[in-house]
Amino acid sequence: MAPFDYGIVEEAAKQTYIRALCDLPPDVRAALKKAYDRETKPTARAVFEAIFKTIEIADRDKTLICQDTGLPIYKVTIGSAFPWNGYEIKTRLSEGARRATQEFPFRGSSTHPLTRVNPQTSVGDGLPVIYFDFVKDSDCLNILMAPKGSGSENMSQMRMFYPADGVKALKKFILDAVVESGANPCPPGVIGVGIGGTADLVMKLAKDAILRPVGQRHPDPAIAAMEVELEEAINATGRGPMGLGGDVSALAVHIETAYTHITQNPVAINTQCWPARRSRAIIHPNGSVEYGY
Amino acid sequence: MPEYHLHSPFSEEDVRQLQAGDIVYFDGLLFGIRDLTQIYMFDQNHEPPVSLAGAPCIHTAPSLRKTADGKWQKICVGTTTSTRMNRFTPALIGRYGVRAIIGKGGLYKDSLEAMKTHGAVYLAIVGGAAALETQQIEEVEAVHWEHLHPEALYQFRVRDFGPLSVAMDSHGRNLYAEVRDEALRRLPEIYRKLGVA
Repeated sequence: MAPFDYGIVEEAAKQTYIRALCDLPPDVRAALKKAYDRETKPTARAVFEAIFKTIEIADRDKTLICQDTGLPIYKVTIGSAFPWNGYEIKTRLSEGARRATQEFPFRGSSTHPLTRVNPQTSVGDGLPVIYFDFVKDSDCLNILMAPKGSGSENMSQMRMFYPADGVKALKKFILDAVVESGANPCPPGVIGVGIGGTADLVMKLAKDAILRPVGQRHPDPAIAAMEVELEEAINATGRGPMGLGGDVSALAVHIETAYTHITQNPVAINTQCWPARRSRAIIHPNGSVEYGY
Repeated sequence: MPEYHLHSPFSEEDVRQLQAGDIVYFDGLLFGIRDLTQIYMFDQNHEPPVSLAGAPCIHTAPSLRKTADGKWQKICVGTTTSTRMNRFTPALIGRYGVRAIIGKGGLYKDSLEAMKTHGAVYLAIVGGAAALETQQIEEVEAVHWEHLHPEALYQFRVRDFGPLSVAMDSHGRNLYAEVRDEALRRLPEIYRKLGVA
């Protein structure tokens, strides 16, 4: 077989970035529709109607849903049944994100943290954010792309509680954080929660949580029950769409967990705005690419 | 829920009639401003080259393209969080006569006071709905202070721009504060139900 052409990965990195910005996943659309159906407040219903019009225009014109093109995140799952070249993948993802920005073209949102100089490429030192994972019994390269906007990302919080504080402290922390964030994360979106791990892992878990299809429950029934419980609590606050009041303050709460230290009890929250953008490419060793969400 | 269709620039009467919770659409003039635009205006003392009197100002950093003949074309115009720019707002309203601020997230008490004193409102747009906003912009009439792009002073002409919710009115009402206070009032009961009280 001819050697794999990593230009395919670059093209997929570019296409998934553009697709994520323009085409909302079906589960997000369905969750918004469901939320609209149960929203009773007129101002809140008007917000949903504007949301649906936006999605319709983006579909029709193949254009950006939101101007915040975000920071690019790629979650890559590498199948063990093919000798994928990790270094090639890493450099091609970055190049694909840059090309998406300059060839579409859309606003690059990445900037130097001190000089604030924006290269208009969406990338730079440390960007795109790339996570690698590995699976057996697959020869595919599975790329999940998420552009993360700042309105929601700026509302992230993390706290290292003590074991003595219990699960109670985590629940209160999550609820308080959502109430505090108000209109800023463009609600109603997905509330991603990480529980356990280390300080860095707990925030990564919260990020994993927002990237799950909306409303897909955690496989552990106890954690799934906690998701439902928190959703009800958050929606009972009446914060509503865009913080203007209403029945729906969040589309879903997703929780991801990891084992932690015996003396630790970490929690993190990473919110996602109503355009919970993501897209996926599955690349086969023969060079064929399937696009999805 | 009253719905208004207005024409910009606005008169004082136009905005004084609006109450928190009303829905507004408008045609006409719209200025785009952002953090840097206002730092340039207020901290570095540059007078705007065009009158802002009566106009609405939207918090945006638009994606635009300049064509070969020097015209600006829209690519994507969306709205950013307003709270970051609160400190400029009382002067924007008091000194330059701006009648409406359009953004998301709302502003603070001093801005609400200026709205009450001078007759202005805060109109909440649906954040993230840039595709809709972009469609409602008919033309980029001018880009003033071009060197500040994408945070220059943008002059747009819009049609049926909205829906916008009157989130802060000129009578001292602030919907964001009311919704927050209501959430805080409900919290003890929610804590109890969640078992975290």
